[in-house]
Amino acid sequence: MRKLFFFPLVALLTAGCADTTSHTRGVYMLLDSSGTYTKELERASAIINYLLGTLQPGDTFGVARIDSGSFSEKDILVKMTFDNRPSVTNQQKRLFKQKIDEFVSNTKGSAFTDITGGILQAGEYLTETGAGQKYIIVFSDLKEEIKKGHVRNIPLELSGCEVVALNVTKLRSDNVDPRQYFDRVERWKERVESGGGKWRVINDLNRLDAILGG
Amino acid sequence: MSMAQLLNIFPGSPIISAVILFIVAVFLLYLARNPTHKAIKSIARVMHSGMRIMSRSLLMAERKLVERNREVLLTAGAESVERLIEREFHRVDAVVRRDLSGYPAIQRALAEQIAKIDEDYQESTELPLPPPDWVKAVETLATLPSKGDSWVANILGEVHKTAVSQYKNGMEEYRKAVAVRHGLLEKMMPYWRKLSLTLDDVSKTIAGLFERARIIDNRMKDYEEIRNKTDKAVRMLISSSMTQFFISALVLLIAIGGAVINFNLIALPMSEMVGGGSYIGPYKTSDIAALVIILVEVAMGLYLMESLRITNLFPIIGHMDDKMRHRMIVVTFSILFILASVEAALAFMRDQIAADIQALRQSLAEVKEFQPVNSWIPTVGQMVMGFIFPFALTFVAIPLESFVSSFRTVIGVLGAVFLRWLAFILRLIGNVALHLGDFLVNIYDLLVFPPLWIASMIKGRERNSKVLLEEEVSP
Repeated sequence: MRKLFFFPLVALLTAGCADTTSHTRGVYMLLDSSGTYTKELERASAIINYLLGTLQPGDTFGVARIDSGSFSEKDILVKMTFDNRPSVTNQQKRLFKQKIDEFVSNTKGSAFTDITGGILQAGEYLTETGAGQKYIIVFSDLKEEIKKGHVRNIPLELSGCEVVALNVTKLRSDNVDPRQYFDRVERWKERVESGGGKWRVINDLNRLDAILGG
Repeated sequence: MSMAQLLNIFPGSPIISAVILFIVAVFLLYLARNPTHKAIKSIARVMHSGMRIMSRSLLMAERKLVERNREVLLTAGAESVERLIEREFHRVDAVVRRDLSGYPAIQRALAEQIAKIDEDYQESTELPLPPPDWVKAVETLATLPSKGDSWVANILGEVHKTAVSQYKNGMEEYRKAVAVRHGLLEKMMPYWRKLSLTLDDVSKTIAGLFERARIIDNRMKDYEEIRNKTDKAVRMLISSSMTQFFISALVLLIAIGGAVINFNLIALPMSEMVGGGSYIGPYKTSDIAALVIILVEVAMGLYLMESLRITNLFPIIGHMDDKMRHRMIVVTFSILFILASVEAALAFMRDQIAADIQALRQSLAEVKEFQPVNSWIPTVGQMVMGFIFPFALTFVAIPLESFVSSFRTVIGVLGAVFLRWLAFILRLIGNVALHLGDFLVNIYDLLVFPPLWIASMIKGRERNSKVLLEEEVSP
């Protein structure tokens, strides 16, 4: 009878000691509020709410805007690593939601979109958290508009990150030449994959469960 | 050399080439007939013998296993019956101590009651004194004829009056005496009843003892059967083990269901204590902590049952002296009680956390929050369940013991059946290999039948010519 308890316990402890992989998830969402895309922020809010409901204690979540000419720390709207206790996590999630709601209701459109800067920042932040699964969610039309003189044609370092492009809407120019849309998506895919990341596009927002599910 | 080249020995006529090839092949096969036959037969024999040996060794192992099972079963059965007989004797001892130890007192009470009844009876038999003898003389005088003499008539009248008054007095005294006797007899009634009840009690005790004696007789018969190692006893024990195995497995499944519900009750609140984001291997630490609590409860339940001598899984606990056992009972019960209280608290916390998560989800989904009706009912229900489950799991020890003891028998029986079937299959394969060898030899002969036929014809002619020669030589 002692063996019945002893061996599973030893096996469990051995497995526990051997397994050093992190089971936490890190999610960084980049919000594009430039030009006509400002209207899409309500949808972004719903997606953030869904992610807040899905993420578990110990997970990390950050949201940043990418509508400045050059991405900087002040573009980060809110970021937090949820506490291990579910009750504290719930409080953190409420605070998170409150900040996002404030942003969505007060934001105004801008002329710039610095996606590269946002992705670089997100990649660095997620690597620092040490999360086991890292997701960068880009809520944008993927059309980058940066200030003159800024260089963004730089390689991305995204090893271990999964970049999910959400709600990639078609621009007016895309309707004239749909190849522009496909070229834009394809270019981002190449950049992400050459940086060691994985690339996915989800345009059907009814399939939100696929964002973190792969 | 390819098939196309072979069929081109005679260029342009593949059929002739094929026929020639066939003839050559048949001839070669005929030449190799004897060694090929030997090879096929030897392979078949090797297979047959090998399988036979394996089958025989498996059957021997099966017999040993059956024998071992039988020994184990009989030993376990004997131990079980011994325990039952011992328990019956304990019961008899208890009855004797409880009821018959007071037998001298009962006997004394009975004797006192009988003496009292006897005394009353004696008193009730005392008759009133008969009328004095002179009364008869007076009666005789009173009945004498007066013959007209007034003086005599007066005397006689007085005498008659005296006789009548004497009679009345006598009757009155008699009635009084009868009334006193009735009173005494009436006083005897409670004693009779008490006596009857006492005798009934004694009778019941004796009847109980007879019943116990009958049960002990039956157990002793079973024990004798087991001691004599009869087939009937073995069959009876196997049947009993099988029944126990299935019943205990069923009860264990129910207990596992209870443990799963218990686990779900405490896994979420455990994340509040040990953290929801930490993992041990691929499993959440909170889940493992909840599982460990349940396993500790089961272990404590086992120790408690052992200390109470209800089960006998750990002989070391059973052999402890009574003082130590009582300490074990107190310690294990205290730990169980604490764990049950912790579980009740965790169940309460679970309800709070679940409600908070639900409220958060509703606010995230932009749905208006609603207040559930009578929300204290599930809270109290969960707390009660959390408190009850650890004690309910304690009783897992009983089916677990039955399962462990009967599992041995069931595995033994299944092992024997498996070995028997394996031996049969190996033997079958061996026989099939042997007959397959014969079959292949026949098929081989069928392929080389033309040269065989020619050879038999030549041999037949040689034999005929030899016979003719012998006939010519003989006179």
